[in-house]
Amino acid sequence: MVPKRMREVRLSRLKEEGIKAFFFTNGVLAVVVLVGIFGLLLSTAIPAFKEIPVREFLASKTWDPTSPEKAQYGILSMIVSTLMVTAGALLIAMPVGLGVASYLSDVAHWRVREVVKPIIEILAGIPSVVVGFLGIVLFGPVIAKIFHTGHGLNAANGSFLLAIMALPTIISLSEDSLNAVPLSYAEASLALGASRWQTLIRVKIPAALSGIIASFMLGMGRAIGETMTVLMATGNARSFPHGFLDSIRTMTANIAIELGEVPYHTTHYYGLFAIGLVLFILTFIVNLVADVILSKYQQREQ
Amino acid sequence: MNVKKILMISLFGFGLIASPHIGQAQKRKMIQIKGSDTMVNLVQILAEEYMAKNPGAPIAVSGGGSGTGISAIINQTCDIANHSREWRQKEIDLAWEKGVKPRFFVIAVDCLSIIVNEKNTVEKLTTFELGAIYRGEIKNWKAVGGPDKVVSLYGRQSNSGTYVFMQEHVLGNRNYSADMKEMNGNAQIIEGILQDEGGIGYVGVGYLFDKDGKIRKGIKVLRIAKDNKSPAFSPLDKAAVDRGDYPVARPLYQATPGRPNAAVSAFIAFEIGPEGQKIVEREGFFTIGAKDKEQNEKNLR
Repeated sequence: MVPKRMREVRLSRLKEEGIKAFFFTNGVLAVVVLVGIFGLLLSTAIPAFKEIPVREFLASKTWDPTSPEKAQYGILSMIVSTLMVTAGALLIAMPVGLGVASYLSDVAHWRVREVVKPIIEILAGIPSVVVGFLGIVLFGPVIAKIFHTGHGLNAANGSFLLAIMALPTIISLSEDSLNAVPLSYAEASLALGASRWQTLIRVKIPAALSGIIASFMLGMGRAIGETMTVLMATGNARSFPHGFLDSIRTMTANIAIELGEVPYHTTHYYGLFAIGLVLFILTFIVNLVADVILSKYQQREQ
Repeated sequence: MNVKKILMISLFGFGLIASPHIGQAQKRKMIQIKGSDTMVNLVQILAEEYMAKNPGAPIAVSGGGSGTGISAIINQTCDIANHSREWRQKEIDLAWEKGVKPRFFVIAVDCLSIIVNEKNTVEKLTTFELGAIYRGEIKNWKAVGGPDKVVSLYGRQSNSGTYVFMQEHVLGNRNYSADMKEMNGNAQIIEGILQDEGGIGYVGVGYLFDKDGKIRKGIKVLRIAKDNKSPAFSPLDKAAVDRGDYPVARPLYQATPGRPNAAVSAFIAFEIGPEGQKIVEREGFFTIGAKDKEQNEKNLR
């Protein structure tokens, strides 16, 4: 007969093993799902290149798979459009976001901050459909009036909306990292006779740079992958963009438009997955660059 | 709608499993309709209203495209095919070879209106000019007698049947201009045209009216002529559409393999009768003209 004490020990050890196995399964599951998605994307995208030369796919400007004349599968216009609208969004969101973050951390009264910051964070929860709707009925007509373009369904509109969507992330994270700068840095700077402006620009922002850059990258990630807003507000013309006042079609919008009705296992179907693969690689590069920059700054700080 | 379809299919399946005899009896009684995706919603609604009045006559409607419906008639795997294009000669020959003598019925007319901003001075276009505009060959309104303004194209996305219809019937099976803005739906095209003085778009006639039944302020419906010599007609001119004079319209057909049996012909009679045509109008399509009506009735006999 096993003594009671030994039985208890064995039982608790079993419990511990069970819990360990549970967490291990969860961890592995996340990885398996990710690898599975990537594998599926890859296996469905690769058949496309049996029929479309990679060169044509990446370098041709014309995408018209349902053309009655000759089906064409070039995504250069869409890649450029996606990058353009994302760059435009960052151009607007980076200075504004950093400005608001600096104001909240250094200038605003704490009571103002307590009210404004949650409001900005709520902005992040606005559904993209609603933002796209604003683009059609509000910003579109304004852009059309200012630039005399007749319509406002163009890259500028998309950039503007994506900037609005990226702002909450950028402001919130930048403000957090500005606040995380040790108080002694600012105190030392002020004690040496620097003005508050000089302290902010020369001491606090450089010290918080890793967090600020991370916030920019996260904002960029959101802008590249955003679908509904650009689908609604940029006009979806397939032509190669020549400026921010042209109608454009991003990669995400193209997949959303065409995947619903495409006949399965055709070149067109595989082609759409190939676009997804390109998008995946793009966001992967953005994240990789962000990681490299972050670790570089962290090393320097240490 | 879909729930009903699923229910019917599962009931049908259950019947097959439960007893082969009952299954077969139901199979014979159930009217199978297949074909055009443009028509699937309309015919589904027609079938639902018909079934509500005639509980003993189950109908199953599915899409798949006009070609799917036509080949199902040739292979005799459905009772009615929906098709929004005419049969090709090859298909008719193939049917006759297999001993199927298809009969055709026109149940509705699908009509597209071409709209521009009300500030545009252009009143009418020929289908050739319209095609050239959408192919991107005419880039300024001056070329068709309008103001010196760049043409701004609005259209539907390639998954839309309307996109294909325009491409086949107006663009002459050629490519759309890549500059065309591809909008999410009819309502978005109208929003665009309301703001854009150089804009042109195509929408279903049902979308033109506001809640009071008047044409929406700010848009102008163009009259379209077949060619230079023919007069131009408005899609709002019911008599012209009925006569077949409005060029951007197409009949929506149904076909049966040979003379329809009693159940099928009762349903078709409902569709082309006053009740069915009221539904057709409510769903944004046009009712059939006198000539089609006569031909339909001849084919039912």
